[in-house]
Amino acid sequence: MCGLCGMLGSEAHWTDAGSPASEGEHAQVRRRERQLRVACLNRVLRAFACTVSDWQSSAYLVSTFTGKTEIVENLAQLWPAVERLSGRRVDPLAADLLDRLRQAS
Amino acid sequence: MNEPLKPAQRIPINLLTGFLGSGKTTLLKRLLGEPGFAHCAVLINELGEIGLDHLLLEQLDHETVVLQNGCICCSVREDLRQALLDLYDRRERHQVPAFDRVIIESTGLADPVPVLNTVAADPVLRHHFRLGNVVTTVDAVHALDQFTQQAESRKQAAVADRLVITKADLVDAAQLETVQSALRQINGSAWLAVSRDDAGDAQVLLSEDLDQPAARINEVRRWFPLAGIAAGASNTGSAKYRAFGREPEGPHRSEISTHSLTFDEPIDWVAFGIWLSMLMHSRGADILRVKGILNVRGSELPLVIHGVQHLIHAPVHLSGWPDGERRSQLVLIGRLPPQAQIEASLRAFN
Repeated sequence: MCGLCGMLGSEAHWTDAGSPASEGEHAQVRRRERQLRVACLNRVLRAFACTVSDWQSSAYLVSTFTGKTEIVENLAQLWPAVERLSGRRVDPLAADLLDRLRQAS
Repeated sequence: MNEPLKPAQRIPINLLTGFLGSGKTTLLKRLLGEPGFAHCAVLINELGEIGLDHLLLEQLDHETVVLQNGCICCSVREDLRQALLDLYDRRERHQVPAFDRVIIESTGLADPVPVLNTVAADPVLRHHFRLGNVVTTVDAVHALDQFTQQAESRKQAAVADRLVITKADLVDAAQLETVQSALRQINGSAWLAVSRDDAGDAQVLLSEDLDQPAARINEVRRWFPLAGIAAGASNTGSAKYRAFGREPEGPHRSEISTHSLTFDEPIDWVAFGIWLSMLMHSRGADILRVKGILNVRGSELPLVIHGVQHLIHAPVHLSGWPDGERRSQLVLIGRLPPQAQIEASLRAFN
């Protein structure tokens, strides 16, 4: 549990366990992955007029361009938050989202 | 505080499912008589007040608990949780023999997914138990009608890790082949056995799974049974896609199907995680199983993922590439959008 906010910790999300790092490297690899994840998420979330940032390597802050913000622990919690904040359904197969991603790459 | 147990140290739970009359109890009795499975606890779920299945099993020397409150998937999910915890508590108190495996035999009418979710998602159960193979019995005589008329029977086949066709000696070769084709169309990544009196290896059915390090590579090979046959069948750019098996015609065609995607180019793990988590959020109710071996950019070792509906298990690294082929393969089973649409989406994220 976080001593500041009282938030209960949960088990690691499956996306946090993908790198074959040794014990010594793990924290460094995890931080690096979180940075990459935030950058990649921001490319995706542009379509929903949202941004995401890392919060102390333990959570993510999801915000709209107008400042509405939610804190989420992992990707499983992130997508419902994006839907609540943006008022739009999240679908990785949506043609407009894929067009945006292709143009951005 | 105690360290969480590694998956291989937790007690495996096998779900034995299959439609009414498909031979679940017969198979269970045979499996429990095999060497190496003498210390199984058996949970039997049944409809009605009289535990017929229990009467059939009572002479077996196993710890048997009968769930009395009807269907395992709706009204007794809490019962299932409680029954498993009670069983574990009695084991710890040495009130029952120290079983090393639990087999849940569900009712023929049960939707298996909530059972799997109960075991996989409950934090207390997950601490002591892990999901093992889902074994589904399929009646060769009635399977095609059941697939057409009963959504549960299709779901039972779709979530299986092991499909056992029973009563095969009561049908001719053509019927058996049609049933096999129907099963391949629903679930192309399950290991398929035709059970006659001596068929079916208990080890393969129950205990060889992804959480056993020695069995991992063989298990992943079983997910892609026709990979060698169809490899290179349809190349489009740097990615190759193909369907497993032959699809049954007409009324026996199921809305549940298997898509298999193969990528030769490395996968970006971060982008893949974002893509799959998004897909599970938006379509998780329709995607019953996900299994994949990934060629992750920057990693020499293959990464294996698998999950049931929204629940994706922690990925596992293999010590080498099955059959030496370094490429990503992803299997999706469920009510799926067109394969090309999924493939295009993953490529856009990658």
